[in-house]
Amino acid sequence: MRLVLEKRAEASGRMAILSPVIAIALTLITGGIIFALRGLNPFSALYVFFVEPLTTSWSIEQLIVKAAPLAMIGAGLAVSYMANVWNIGAEGQLTAGAIVGSAIPVFFPEFQSPPTLALMLSLGVIGGMAWAAIPAFLKNRFGTNEILTSLMLVYVIQLALDWLVRGPWRDPKGYNFPKTIAFSDWQLLPQFQLLPPSVGPIYINLGAIFAVAAVVALAFMMGRTLKGYELRVQGIAPRAGRFAGFSREKTVWFCFLLSGGLAGLAGICEVMSTVGQLQPGISPSYGFTAIIVAFLGRLNPIGALVAAFALAISYLGGESAQVALGISDKTARVFQGVLLFYILACDSLILYRLKIIGRTPGPAEAKA
Amino acid sequence: MDYLLEALHVTKVFGTLKANDGVTLKVKPGEIHAFLGENGAGKSTLVKMIYGALQPTSGEFRWMGKAVTIPSPAAARKLGIGMVFQHFSLFEALTVAENIALAMPGAFDMKKLSGRIARVSRDYGLPLEPTAVVADLSVGERQRIEIVRCLLQEPKLLIMDEPTAVLTPQEADQLFITLARLASEGCAVIYISHRLEEVKRLCHNATILRHGKVVANVDPTRETAASLAKLMVGGDIHVVKSAREDQRGATRLKLDRLRLSADGPFAVELRNVSLDVKAGEVVAIAGVAGNGQSELFDAVSGERSLAQAAMLLIDGKPMGHDGVNARRNAGAAFVPEERLGHGAVPAFTLSQNVVLTRHSSDGALVKSGMVSSGGASGVSQRVIKDYDVRKGKPDPEARSLSGGNLQKFVVGRELDRRPGVLVINQPTWGVDAGASATIRQAIVDLARQGSAVLVISQDLDEIFEIADRIAVISRGQLSEAYPASDLTPEKIGLLMAGAHERKEMAHAARA
Ligand SMILES: Nc1ncnc2c1ncn2[C@@H]1O[C@H](COP(=O)(O)OP(=O)(O)OP(=O)(O)O)[C@@H](O)[C@H]1O
Ligand SMILES: [Mg+2]
Repeated sequence: MRLVLEKRAEASGRMAILSPVIAIALTLITGGIIFALRGLNPFSALYVFFVEPLTTSWSIEQLIVKAAPLAMIGAGLAVSYMANVWNIGAEGQLTAGAIVGSAIPVFFPEFQSPPTLALMLSLGVIGGMAWAAIPAFLKNRFGTNEILTSLMLVYVIQLALDWLVRGPWRDPKGYNFPKTIAFSDWQLLPQFQLLPPSVGPIYINLGAIFAVAAVVALAFMMGRTLKGYELRVQGIAPRAGRFAGFSREKTVWFCFLLSGGLAGLAGICEVMSTVGQLQPGISPSYGFTAIIVAFLGRLNPIGALVAAFALAISYLGGESAQVALGISDKTARVFQGVLLFYILACDSLILYRLKIIGRTPGPAEAKA
Repeated sequence: MDYLLEALHVTKVFGTLKANDGVTLKVKPGEIHAFLGENGAGKSTLVKMIYGALQPTSGEFRWMGKAVTIPSPAAARKLGIGMVFQHFSLFEALTVAENIALAMPGAFDMKKLSGRIARVSRDYGLPLEPTAVVADLSVGERQRIEIVRCLLQEPKLLIMDEPTAVLTPQEADQLFITLARLASEGCAVIYISHRLEEVKRLCHNATILRHGKVVANVDPTRETAASLAKLMVGGDIHVVKSAREDQRGATRLKLDRLRLSADGPFAVELRNVSLDVKAGEVVAIAGVAGNGQSELFDAVSGERSLAQAAMLLIDGKPMGHDGVNARRNAGAAFVPEERLGHGAVPAFTLSQNVVLTRHSSDGALVKSGMVSSGGASGVSQRVIKDYDVRKGKPDPEARSLSGGNLQKFVVGRELDRRPGVLVINQPTWGVDAGASATIRQAIVDLARQGSAVLVISQDLDEIFEIADRIAVISRGQLSEAYPASDLTPEKIGLLMAGAHERKEMAHAARA
């Protein structure tokens, strides 16, 4: 007996929707097995990991904090991937945005007024775009593979960040810790109350609002505008795209600047809220996790928003599992990796069906 | 056991549409069996089921007398069934040999395979370069890959879905020799074609389909092309009236010493192509596939930019540097050869495909950056009605249309704009006799209303039917355009063989 993949006559619409669901289920089963192997009760461990983060208002707040950058970056990546532009370096663009935006408080710590906020955010976007512009330029000019260049640039900018906060930008009164000065007042994002204290107060910061705005805007762009049409055509029928007069070079620029700008915005929002200063490790790999978000969300911006919450849970679950079960918070990364693996695997079921071939192929294998 | 393959009362339903309705088809070994019908009659649907690419809703298949189910193309190939699809399934980035290797079951030796490819392609007169990259090949050459791919598996039944639609007369003749030889070796062939003359010449038996039902089973050698067509349509075919009048106006499309370098190792370089197309006339470019037709189309449409603006003039305006949309906005329209993936996005609906070529020239389709789906579906409904595009759903995906019906849509989408200049590559590839007549008539009518029409075609019958002047392209060079009345197919044959190139070289030598 063996298993074979067989091409379907037509793409299965049902599988396109079911694939992420199956992937999540398989991830949970695999997770349960991993926990069991560690001698833990798989059910209570999975509960701690995936359900507990949803039970208190504080953890819901944390969920939004984590989901916001994932959604913002994931939506931008979804649009790029849809257009067949493979930006894998959002983590680097996030870092670049955080660095460039942080130049304001580092160089002008006394500059405190509403324009400070606007300027820092704009610089964050510009930083992300600038870093994303490098692979875009290389691709258009020399035909380099953007997957490699964008990915490798992540490590370059992370080392640059490391150097900055250990060297020229280090807080002189910071006991030699690799950090800039702590940001304050207008250098931090304002907070809003989402739910009143009677329900359990939930605060969100401006970043969450940006994330929702970005998702809605991109969903509108993809669904309704000529730009979205252009991107979709280029993704699925490049020759027809050329015939329509759409420029591939412009699309590469557009996608990199868009997804890089959003990653940069996510980066500056992180240092202006959760982190509160520039330091190494400003992001728990949001830029890479957002790749999973984009795929889990079916390369659809709204889908990315939903998927961002699913992956945000895995971050929180990792933290609570560390506390409650005493296992490494890297477990979350294992879950994310397993999830991406299963999504990509399940996606092949959209175009293929799984078949078991017995020793004696006969009428049994007829209708599938 | 008389029959090799029997399809008995096969029905296939797509949604509400019965594409096949109780179809029975019986094929004997060594027989070339024609399968005829209008666009959308359901021919491709039936043969796809025989090949395992689609599953029947009801009915039965028998192979050498035994009932079989054919769950997949792999299963069909195992039985000994090979198929050349109407729309090819090749990987553009891979070479000829790699594409063929992908379809071979089990392990293989690439070197040996290249040798076999070379041998089969020589034996059967289908010249192929195993190391050529598919992206650089013309449609005709791509088809040869598909045919060779089938022949390598030594099939007992070969299905050919409109194989000659893209071949030149010479290539087609060669194919007929190949098929006759296969038949004499005992291989059965199911042969789908809209060219009834060749069916008469080649086939031993013909099953005719109308609206999904078998309406006749005849001996094609005893029929005429007209009587076959009548059986298919259930009525008479309209004859194209071109009413050749000498009312030519100003030059609307001018190519002036147009040059274009080859953009790939197997592409053709265009050299000093000059041509005037005047208001009111249809000029046709004849030639064997792969002699620069697709390059010329790309250059004229603006998909590839020219070195000098003055190499191409539309209504006197130099536009060689302008892109395809600027040329469209100047009143030109273009229809490429490949309809799926070039002329239309396969996964988009017809109304979405309207936007593809009309987003910049049609103000009602895009308003302040937003696509108006109402506007698009209005246009698409009009095209569907005017050009009799037959389909299962109100707004189906382009890929679900039958080949000929999609062609009618893609042509209709441009004609509907009433363009001042129309450039059209292979206008009736895969279109049935009735619909071809409709498209050709529409092209002629457009010219008579004052537009300039340039038709690139390999079909000499079509060219003589509609063209006022004819030029011949060979190895990237274009002959002078002669009045159609001065030419015969023989003279064109000479020009295709490169007679004008020699003249030009002599010319250059003297200068
Ligand atoms: N996958 C599909 N989904 C829905 N409808 C389909 C699909 N495939 C074919 N059809 C419809 O079935 C009918 C028959 O199509 P088919 O491709 O068999 O025609 P055909 O006889 O091969 O025509 P042509 O000569 O134009 O190639 C058409 O109306 C077509 O729109
Ligand atoms: Mg067909």
